[in-house]
Amino acid sequence: MWTWFYRLASPPHVYRTAAALTPWFYAVAAVLIGYGLVDGLVFAPRDYQQGDAFRIIYVHAPSAWLSLFAYTTMAVAGAIALIWRIKVGYAVAAAAAPIGASFTLSALVTGSLWGRPMWGTYWAWDPRLTSELILLFLYFGVISLRQAFEDPARGDRAAALLGVVGVVNVPIVHFSVTWWNSLHQGGTVMRLGKPEMPGSMLWPLLAMLAGFMFFFGAVLCMRVRGEVLNRERQSTWVREAVKS
Amino acid sequence: MGGYARFVWPSISLAIGVLIWNIWSARRHHARALLRATRAVAMARSEEQ
Repeated sequence: MWTWFYRLASPPHVYRTAAALTPWFYAVAAVLIGYGLVDGLVFAPRDYQQGDAFRIIYVHAPSAWLSLFAYTTMAVAGAIALIWRIKVGYAVAAAAAPIGASFTLSALVTGSLWGRPMWGTYWAWDPRLTSELILLFLYFGVISLRQAFEDPARGDRAAALLGVVGVVNVPIVHFSVTWWNSLHQGGTVMRLGKPEMPGSMLWPLLAMLAGFMFFFGAVLCMRVRGEVLNRERQSTWVREAVKS
Repeated sequence: MGGYARFVWPSISLAIGVLIWNIWSARRHHARALLRATRAVAMARSEEQ
């Protein structure tokens, strides 16, 4: 089983698999995001309390969800690399960091633009907002730490360790609206019971969430290919791949 | 947008901008890595000759 696992995680296999998956992920993401944006912005009814301002949810919630998912991906990949010494894990962790940081920034800014008409302010030191801001700083920390070492292997290890330690912030962000009094609204989709939204509002949101996940898969594959090439450029398989 | 256009459209634009930046950045990252690998192969070949 371990032989199979190590073969699956071998750089040439990962490089070729990522190349094969990228166009499919992009295609599915384009369909889902296209449908979600049109249905959410044009056809979904306006909210009885928030009016049309609620439509920001169609980009805010997927960005926020992806900010947590990308961090978890980065931390799991880093842990796999640290524990089992699988080098591709470092490549995946390095690839996920800038994507996650960009979506965390998007979640913070779109949330701020939603907060102004709903709460009367762009920013409040609320548990959800503050923990999401800490997540952004963690991303910046991981990216900077990787580049701070002359030896790339040491940078990889240090960044992976920070990523693993920082994963404690992920459940804090997710459950902050439940654990503390928060200006931020509670969960609307990820509830144990029935979601609070009607289907006409929910379907485009689910499409956007799925579309953003496929988009993440596509850009992650492309970045992982770059990271693998950077790390393996002296190896025989890269020489052969470049020659062909 | 019922008076909320100045909040909704910048949010949508920013999110689309982040998507576009990610595509551009990932493509650039891969293209640069490919260029470096090609140069490494060319250097190795010239050293062999």
